[in-house]
Amino acid sequence: MPEDQMKPEELFQIDYKPPGKGWMETKPDIRRGKINWAAVPKSVEYLDLPNPRKWSPLDKDWKLPDNWKEIILEGMRERIHKFRTFQVFMDICVRCGACADKCHFFIGSGDPKNMPVLRAELLRAVYRKEFTLAGKLMGKMAGARDLTEDVLKEWFFYFFQCTECRRCSVFCPYGIDTAEITMMGRELLSLVGLEIDWVTTPIANCFRTGNHLGIQPHGFQDSIDFAVDDFKDLTGIKVEAPVNKKGAEILFIVPSADYFADPHYYGLLGYMALFHEIGLDYTYSSYASEGGNFGLFHSNQAMKRLNSKIYMEAERLGVKWIIGGECGHMWRVINQYMDTMNGPADFLEVPKSPITGTVFENTKATKMVHICEFTADLIKNDKLKLDKSRNDQWRVTFHDSCNPARAMGIIEEPRYVINSCCNHFFEMPENCIKEQTFCCGGGAGLGTDENMEMRMRGGLPRANAVKYVHDKYGVNVLTCMCAIDKAVLPALMDYWVPGVQVGAVHELVGNALVMKGEKEDRTDMRGEPFIGKETAKDV
Amino acid sequence: MAIFEWEEVAIEVDEDGFMQEPDEWSERVALALASTEGVEELTDEHWHLVHYLREYYQKFGIAPMIRKLCKESGFPLKKVYELFPSGPAKGACKVAGLAKPTGCV
Repeated sequence: MPEDQMKPEELFQIDYKPPGKGWMETKPDIRRGKINWAAVPKSVEYLDLPNPRKWSPLDKDWKLPDNWKEIILEGMRERIHKFRTFQVFMDICVRCGACADKCHFFIGSGDPKNMPVLRAELLRAVYRKEFTLAGKLMGKMAGARDLTEDVLKEWFFYFFQCTECRRCSVFCPYGIDTAEITMMGRELLSLVGLEIDWVTTPIANCFRTGNHLGIQPHGFQDSIDFAVDDFKDLTGIKVEAPVNKKGAEILFIVPSADYFADPHYYGLLGYMALFHEIGLDYTYSSYASEGGNFGLFHSNQAMKRLNSKIYMEAERLGVKWIIGGECGHMWRVINQYMDTMNGPADFLEVPKSPITGTVFENTKATKMVHICEFTADLIKNDKLKLDKSRNDQWRVTFHDSCNPARAMGIIEEPRYVINSCCNHFFEMPENCIKEQTFCCGGGAGLGTDENMEMRMRGGLPRANAVKYVHDKYGVNVLTCMCAIDKAVLPALMDYWVPGVQVGAVHELVGNALVMKGEKEDRTDMRGEPFIGKETAKDV
Repeated sequence: MAIFEWEEVAIEVDEDGFMQEPDEWSERVALALASTEGVEELTDEHWHLVHYLREYYQKFGIAPMIRKLCKESGFPLKKVYELFPSGPAKGACKVAGLAKPTGCV
């Protein structure tokens, strides 16, 4: 964290008193710490998106096209006709306020425009003005507002202060999907070239090389080869990790950070341990080398294009079905959009575990099984030998990642897996886990350094719950199953709850799994000896 | 984006000070970039890490994974932070002229 930023005790002084002026008159506080840098022109051009140029949200002139207003309003008109949900969500909100205090960004900032109802009102007010009779006739009295350049800047500021986590939607009596409102807001902004780099460059990378990081096929192979060698050093076992193997039974898709970053990587070793031990016939793909889909944070079009390559690759390689790794928003795309956008995946078979015979009926449409479902089924059928004491160095809690929890209901499976792999598991309080889970503060492309203040604010509710179990039970690891979580939670923990590490669910699996042929002094996935197995040299 | 100038070096950098054209890197550029990282002098250990990163970058067009960097350079992560206080990605890679990684990292 840059030194000019506030200390935790200062940031914790949150003022919930709304400003004296009305919301339409209150201007956003656009500054470093609360914004994300603009997309570099190279990435915008690569994707054939409009208005590539150098600009900064900190400048006064955002270099919009002259007819920006016309473009936005035409874009709104088109989307209102195209997406029924958009119109319904614009019309039905009664502003009851049930969502108001459910947003992590509101809780952490006290900014009324981070109440989901008011953030959405930024769009709704313009919708009323341009597309409803009452708004056209009565203007401000009917809650209508002109679309001005200042309003557009406010859109940019606040639609990139929503992580599309959908906690507010759980509490909305109408079930308004706020993430979809943010998605519409961002689509519209993109039409005039208001893009952030952390979203647009990963998308461009993904088109170019197959993953958000821009790792080319030979780099992907090199990383997997390294992991195989590393795993052998840790355990004494040489595993197979095939890439682009035609005719494999299963295609395995992971987020690219799993083979690049810490602590994601320990989860990758965990997958390798598991698949080796059960003898799974699987393959990675160097083309579909990304589970994540930053298109979800940009536009339907980008989301569709990124999602399609998983299925194109499944078809090309001739696999029967797909397993997906510890990825977060990938699962929202798979469960809620894939079938409409790129389905039906009728060239694949309904997933059936080759080890237990379990048929995953719930994945009939997508043909894609979550790794935690797959592993939980193996454990339930007693196919794995797990030694819980091998995770005794950890006192574990679990952060439900927003999308697997809320967009697909993977809630009990990871808990079952974790509890089968460790002796010391402690839940955070009920109202901030499972479907009510709090966001990590950096989802939806907002995990940047320049946005650090908002990340720490938005992550405060999650960190506060971790602090509770850390203080009460001595929890020292926050496990999760999303690559963005693994990227942004370490900084959040260092800031609010120092001393808590971040780990993958399958890191615990890799540690606990007793493998045939493992060496006497095998270590955990981080290269540390198991408790009670330290040699004189380690102590 | 701006032009960063240090002694005779002038390079285009992004908002976080990363080079925009990694191919224009040279050892002088490394010294210039190190000055922004609070690294006064580049010792043999610094250069060992920087050259490792450059070589990997030239082969693969990206930084190596952190675990690989530590294992192959022989420096544990703690040591990397001692050499480059902002860490492997924001410190060492920046000085080696690599682009900032993006995505779930």
